[in-house]
Amino acid sequence: MRIVPFLISTAATAGLVFVLNSSWPTGKTKTPRLGYFLSPQQGFWQNEEASNTSFSGNVKLEGLKSKVDVFMDERLVPHIYAQTDLDAYYVQGFIHAKFRLWQMEFQTYVAAGRLSEIAGPERLNIDLFFRRLGMVYGAEQTMQRMEKDHEMQATVDAYTEGVNAYIKSLKPEEIPFEYKLMDYKPEAWTPLKTYLFLMYMSYDLTGSGAKQDLTMSNAKNYLGYEAFEQLFPNVQDSLDPIIPKGTAFAKPSIVPIAPKDVDSPYLNKSAYSSSAESPLTPNRNNGSNNWAVSGKKTASGRPILCNDPHLGLNLPSLWYEVQINTPTHNTYGASFPGAPAVIIGFNDSIAWGVTNAGRDVLDYYEVQFKDTSMQEYWYNGEWKKAELRLETIKVKGKPDVNEYIAMTTMGPVMYDRHYKSDSIHPQYLAVKWTATKAGTGLKTFYKLNRAKNFDDYQKAIAEWSCPGQNFAFASKSGDIAIKQQGSFVARWKRQGDFIMPGIDSTYQWQGMIPESENPMIKNPERGWVSSANQKATDSTYPYYLGTSNNFPVYRGVMINKRLSVMNGITPMDMQYLQNENFDVFAEMARPVLLKNIDVSKLTTTEKKYVDIMRDWNFRNEVTAQGATVFNAIWDSLEEVVWKDDFKNAKSPMPWPDGSTLLDNLLKNNNYRFADNINTPDKIETIEDDVMEAVKKASVFLAQLEKDKKLDWGIVKDTRVNHLLQLPALSRLHLPIGGGKNCVNATTSAHGPSWRMIVHMTDETEAYGVYPGGQSGNPGSKFYDNFIDSWVAGKYYKLLFLSKENANKNEKIKWHMTFTNG
Amino acid sequence: MKFITAIFLTAFLAFAIGLFTGLPWWSFVITSFLVAMGIHQKSGKAFLTGFLGLFILWTFLAIIKDFSNEHILSIKVAKILPLGGSYLVLIFVTGLIGGLVSGLAAISGSTARKNRANL
Repeated sequence: MRIVPFLISTAATAGLVFVLNSSWPTGKTKTPRLGYFLSPQQGFWQNEEASNTSFSGNVKLEGLKSKVDVFMDERLVPHIYAQTDLDAYYVQGFIHAKFRLWQMEFQTYVAAGRLSEIAGPERLNIDLFFRRLGMVYGAEQTMQRMEKDHEMQATVDAYTEGVNAYIKSLKPEEIPFEYKLMDYKPEAWTPLKTYLFLMYMSYDLTGSGAKQDLTMSNAKNYLGYEAFEQLFPNVQDSLDPIIPKGTAFAKPSIVPIAPKDVDSPYLNKSAYSSSAESPLTPNRNNGSNNWAVSGKKTASGRPILCNDPHLGLNLPSLWYEVQINTPTHNTYGASFPGAPAVIIGFNDSIAWGVTNAGRDVLDYYEVQFKDTSMQEYWYNGEWKKAELRLETIKVKGKPDVNEYIAMTTMGPVMYDRHYKSDSIHPQYLAVKWTATKAGTGLKTFYKLNRAKNFDDYQKAIAEWSCPGQNFAFASKSGDIAIKQQGSFVARWKRQGDFIMPGIDSTYQWQGMIPESENPMIKNPERGWVSSANQKATDSTYPYYLGTSNNFPVYRGVMINKRLSVMNGITPMDMQYLQNENFDVFAEMARPVLLKNIDVSKLTTTEKKYVDIMRDWNFRNEVTAQGATVFNAIWDSLEEVVWKDDFKNAKSPMPWPDGSTLLDNLLKNNNYRFADNINTPDKIETIEDDVMEAVKKASVFLAQLEKDKKLDWGIVKDTRVNHLLQLPALSRLHLPIGGGKNCVNATTSAHGPSWRMIVHMTDETEAYGVYPGGQSGNPGSKFYDNFIDSWVAGKYYKLLFLSKENANKNEKIKWHMTFTNG
Repeated sequence: MKFITAIFLTAFLAFAIGLFTGLPWWSFVITSFLVAMGIHQKSGKAFLTGFLGLFILWTFLAIIKDFSNEHILSIKVAKILPLGGSYLVLIFVTGLIGGLVSGLAAISGSTARKNRANL
């Protein structure tokens, strides 16, 4: 043995293995363990799915009652045929995991505040936010309640077993790509994870209050209540509510009464003048469209139901198509990987779709603790004990972080001396949120999957608590309906719009609005129902719905305008409507802008852009330069009008809604906020502001034009991001039109996440598409294969097959069987 | 002949031990070491043998996967790493990494032999 060369080469081998077996920091991220990652027998090469892969085969599942057939169609949509419901959910769990395991688990890591565990200390702030908001606590509450419901518990258990059967069957080299990239392994699924995922949806759809109540408090304190009321009003002139104006409402069973002292500390000027800003916030455009037209407006004489939920656009997609067929029901639609059953879809008798209600169900209360140990707080004239809830956050490569969260009668104390952002004055803020109040969540969908008629639909949604949704409904028997359902607080005006005092019950919720008094309409005279996140009712509804900032108004106007003149409707017409790029906001705003532009005072360039805007047909098409110009001028105008008024605020404040500015421009010739408060010697008019906006926008537009980016589709730059925000795994620069005020509400990374049209003919005729693909594997051709169709506004005809036909249908490509064993 | 046999054996044994995917990815270090010890060559040649054995094996296995996948994932990975989005470069880097580790192990194997007479 040649000792020295031997030692050197052995050390070199060990050293190289060590280097290639470790993860190294590069900038903000870390490299994968390169040797492992590139190893063809273990690493990512194993995730390269052959383009001719067969998905047929037999799987043995322990405890399956009888054989389950799964027919996979050419788009990789599974059609599950089972003899019992539990077998079906068992297999649904297995299939979700087979195609979406990484995503399912990652989403629950986010919801549970466990990102640091896999991504390291950079994500600790987000974890803290979710923990302190009570996400885990809320999921536990729901789980405890659902465990008392035998049917639901069995359903979630069967689903969980299915996921775990798949995880157990995985060989080390078969784990999904992202696990290898980030170097961790799948863990067992649990029912809690399903509830955590649903909590995440509650957060995404109702969590905006977690930030908004703080920033609104800042704005109210900074501006004073009078100015605040003008900038954040409760009315929108253009509102076309979900329940048509003039509909009579029953007398309210609860009449909430504002506290006597509400004017002084709460609404008006209070001593403290700042609060916190939360580290993240759900997208403001989280919304949706749904509508159902009755047979008297369609060519076939049968209702058509349409739905397109607008959410963050991600890969793998939030949605997964599935058909579930058992002796109790035959249902098709979009499911959530992570939860059993179908969430938006149809069965042999009915169809349903949801949009977000946007109601405020999250409030902050300022708590007074005896001392910093947070063990006792002052409530209704006595010191009450606060329990300290321990949340342990594991951090990759670092010691665990222990968070103690004080639990009060109002809810968890989100902000305290330990967890705060800059300039937080109220030191202890408890968060009260319906999402943490033990809902029955899934049960609504479970029942909708089986609903046969309007009564079943009513019963199915009656218990739905959070997030509040507008459930649209259509049945083969000819009924259409829509109901805004959720557990909503009976509020006095402005209750909960700001941080409330939490020292006694004065400011507490005085009751929840009874489910029977939630806005609902069935078979209206006009022949259609619709919702697009606007306020559900006009001001005759006896309960306070919340500040207008929460309710986008223009999509609803557009949908109702179109539906009102449409007759002899076909599914094809509905496809066009869902892809409608007409911007009704621009249609209303442009005349005001043009009226205030004095062309003689503009340069040639500025005039050119004004001309482009004037010649524009209000359609936000990909090539529409007018859309770019209009939006640039409008955004500049908002800046010119508001910036001086907001500039000196030290704490974050919300921007007034676009509708507020437009309503005022349409009504007032001299709008008080048009004046620039920084120029005391001059009083600016609307005309001054618009002219300034045109000049500002022109500078920006000239730059865009120089870069050849003036087309709306290029400026908007729509993309579908991978959940890890890695560009290589995302689809970028998609040529799609639309905008936040269009029915096609596609913005940069947000928009229609599932478009569905269901024609309630004897043999159901349904269409759907979502921007993603059925496989979560970036190494599969099914990863993003729907995106181009989605961009082009095209749909797939959904295969809704009876078991006899499934076998013979030419679009069925693979057959999986599941047997006990 | 010895050279070819050693390359073949290195590749074959690395593939065989690689089938046990529960073992670490670098388990071929052992087999490459043993091959170099068993089929004795000079250090330089041993390195080349070890290197080529794994380089050929890993590029071959990667190519099989990658061509049936039509480069869907390799192009993405080659952007993440970043290798300019080239699957060919990625395949080469894959072979290079396997080859280097195996080559070094083979030098160890070669130098672990007492007898240096009949070289």
